[in-house]
Amino acid sequence: MDFGGINPAILIASLMAASVPILLAALGELVVEKAGVLNLGVEGMMIMGAIVGFMVTIQTGSPFLGFVGGAIGGAGLSLIFAFLTQVLLANQVATGLALTLFGLGLSALLGQGYNGLKPAATGAVPLGPLADIPFFGRVLFSHDWVVYFSVFMTGVIWYVLKSTRLGLILRAVGESHEAAHALGYKVNRIRLGAIAFGGAMAGMGGAYVSLVRVPQWVDGITAGAGWIALAIVVFASWKPWRALIGAYLFGGITVLQLNLQAAGSSIPVEYLSMSPYLITIVVLVIMSSGRGKAALNAPAALGQNFHASR
Amino acid sequence: MSERPILLSVEGITKAYPGVVANSDVSFAIREGEVHALLGENGAGKSTMVKMIYGLVKPDTGRMTWKGGDYAPAAPRVARATGVAMVFQHFSLFEALNVAENVALGMENPPPMKQLAARIKAVSEEYGLPLDPSRMVGDLSAGERQRVEIIRCLLQDPRLLIMDEPTSVLTPQEVEVLFRTLRQLSAEGTAILYISHKLEEIRSLCDAATILRRGKVVGTADPKASTARELAEMMVGATLTPPERPAPKDWGGPHAALEVKRLAVASPIAFGTSLKDVTFTVRKGEVLGIAGVAGNGQDELLLALSGEIRSGDGMVKATGVSVGAMGPAERRKIGFVMAPEDRLGHGAAPDMSLVENAFLTGGVRKGLTRNGFINWPAAREFAEAIIKTYDVRTPGSHVAARALSGGNLQKFVVGRELMQNPDVIVINQPTWGVDAAAAAAIRQAILDRAAEGAAVVVISQDLEELLEIADTFAVLNEGRLTAPRPVKGLTIDQIGLMMGGAHGMEVAHLAEA
Repeated sequence: MDFGGINPAILIASLMAASVPILLAALGELVVEKAGVLNLGVEGMMIMGAIVGFMVTIQTGSPFLGFVGGAIGGAGLSLIFAFLTQVLLANQVATGLALTLFGLGLSALLGQGYNGLKPAATGAVPLGPLADIPFFGRVLFSHDWVVYFSVFMTGVIWYVLKSTRLGLILRAVGESHEAAHALGYKVNRIRLGAIAFGGAMAGMGGAYVSLVRVPQWVDGITAGAGWIALAIVVFASWKPWRALIGAYLFGGITVLQLNLQAAGSSIPVEYLSMSPYLITIVVLVIMSSGRGKAALNAPAALGQNFHASR
Repeated sequence: MSERPILLSVEGITKAYPGVVANSDVSFAIREGEVHALLGENGAGKSTMVKMIYGLVKPDTGRMTWKGGDYAPAAPRVARATGVAMVFQHFSLFEALNVAENVALGMENPPPMKQLAARIKAVSEEYGLPLDPSRMVGDLSAGERQRVEIIRCLLQDPRLLIMDEPTSVLTPQEVEVLFRTLRQLSAEGTAILYISHKLEEIRSLCDAATILRRGKVVGTADPKASTARELAEMMVGATLTPPERPAPKDWGGPHAALEVKRLAVASPIAFGTSLKDVTFTVRKGEVLGIAGVAGNGQDELLLALSGEIRSGDGMVKATGVSVGAMGPAERRKIGFVMAPEDRLGHGAAPDMSLVENAFLTGGVRKGLTRNGFINWPAAREFAEAIIKTYDVRTPGSHVAARALSGGNLQKFVVGRELMQNPDVIVINQPTWGVDAAAAAAIRQAILDRAAEGAAVVVISQDLEELLEIADTFAVLNEGRLTAPRPVKGLTIDQIGLMMGGAHGMEVAHLAEA
């Protein structure tokens, strides 16, 4: 079952793994934006997660603790954003951009001395005979736990947003903070929680890059994955399952272009590596030209700061 | 009535914000099952007072008691648990959520959605307020939205229901439905704290009234035994004079200054109302009043007349010129000026000074530019002339528009347009959120300009205002305009029917019940 030297089972399996960082980061950002906050610092939080996760794994030898560390690293950086925008009411766009620059610089500083090291490997979850099923065993049952975790989180976030009171309050805050405040909800506190959650998810995504995908530490290792995650949230029109589809599309194109390169395609490498970004732009243009349902699904209070006066 | 036990008593409450004392030593008491009015002008401290009762704001000094025990709610949650519910004037519904979700957000322990939907249906029918729990709030009319809020409160079996200016967005028929519900609640023993500045409503509904002026209690009254005029003068603290109408002049012939013919434009606003087939003419010296419940196309009509949305050829003619394709500045140039509803952000740039704001619309007509540069001394002179003529209270023309109070900024925005000697004036909500004295001044200024020969269109939701200043009267309903009729001889029932339109169904429904 090879098409021009590309095995579809391996292709699908590797696109699922390749999508994990952007999927986790996009899910986190989706929750943040549903609460009405636009945090453009995803890239910075991802790379902080990448370096902190990497350091913890090197020090402890445990990849699991590394992911926990990555989540804490991302959440820690996001709390700076939360303090600036929710307490000091700084502009969210400018603060988010600054957060990315700050995260890139700080991670490079922390990462000195970690270049060239190899972290402990994160193995596949042993699923016994399931992994031996032809095709599906390779596609579905031979992944590490983070891949399953990312799909599980998609379901959890979908359920919480749709059917629980917590999700309802979160959506309400993102829809109209004035109204939520009038009903007695602590707008800034709820947003603070959402921002920290988004930071933790982005941090885990970053840790997956440095611990599994690459796996080593180099400066700027996330290479724009945070921006893709931001685009996916809009692409998914703030719906978790669509974020999964979006992430897999991007992951798929990334993996496909790598495979095509390896298979000796005649198309120049540069075109192939820019294709995910080009497609992002095209999709976003198509989505926003509609002015229809996708735009209506956007949280109405997105990017607006709230201050309880009177 | 006085034998009923006291439910809530407020004793010596004071609340100060930096620079303003919102409430000073306020005391009153509400008995069980009583409809108690809190009466006062904008800025009299009514809203702050009820926010303290609802636990949104903490008083500086003073205390409240509930059935004789201490009552100091730290949060709305505590107030709701005690039995206090509140229907807000605005800002408490979520447009992108459905009715049931909106109700659930206002409850402490909402049942699962299915049960909640069934209870919403049951309660809404019991009180004659039909409502579908699965509809998006963004698609509901203002009256229906208010029902959502009321039902949200009723589901918690409140002992005290606070209503903050509930009728400001309703048609007369909807007001009747609301009052029937409130009387039913009161008969069942629920006390109602009713906040309003509309005197006729208070006289027909309330058992007692406490009157606030500048944060202080200036009196109590039995609204059923007082005249509207007595209540108004207590509220304002001065004798009120209705605006003067100079005798109508004949400007020669039926020449129309503003002619709108079959105007149809799509709404640029999300959940907005498109205009359909709007036709009217306004002659020199005539004031046309356009009424209607908010969201029926008022904003769109102003945008189409101001030139912010363009319309087809010949749809809008001002002073004989077809202006459909012109932008706001070109329209101003030929003497067609406008003042939008939202004075902060649309009518004026909040962070710019009054001089800059005066220049922004007055630049063209007053010739405030020279060789493409702004003539600052002339602009300042113009701003200061507006401030002086229209009695705008401000430290000077250099202050930012944001720093002015609502009424003063409104005087400035309206004055700025009237000072340009326009031939056609369109104003949306000229006195919205403005206290009675400033409102009277603004109305007088509009009438004066009309007496000088300008054609005026006033779009407003305040019926009394329109009946006071307009010569002809029309209603916008779902983007359509009724045929204008002379104000003289118009009865409130006829107006209600003109406004009814889409709401006619509900009236029929009530008649059956």
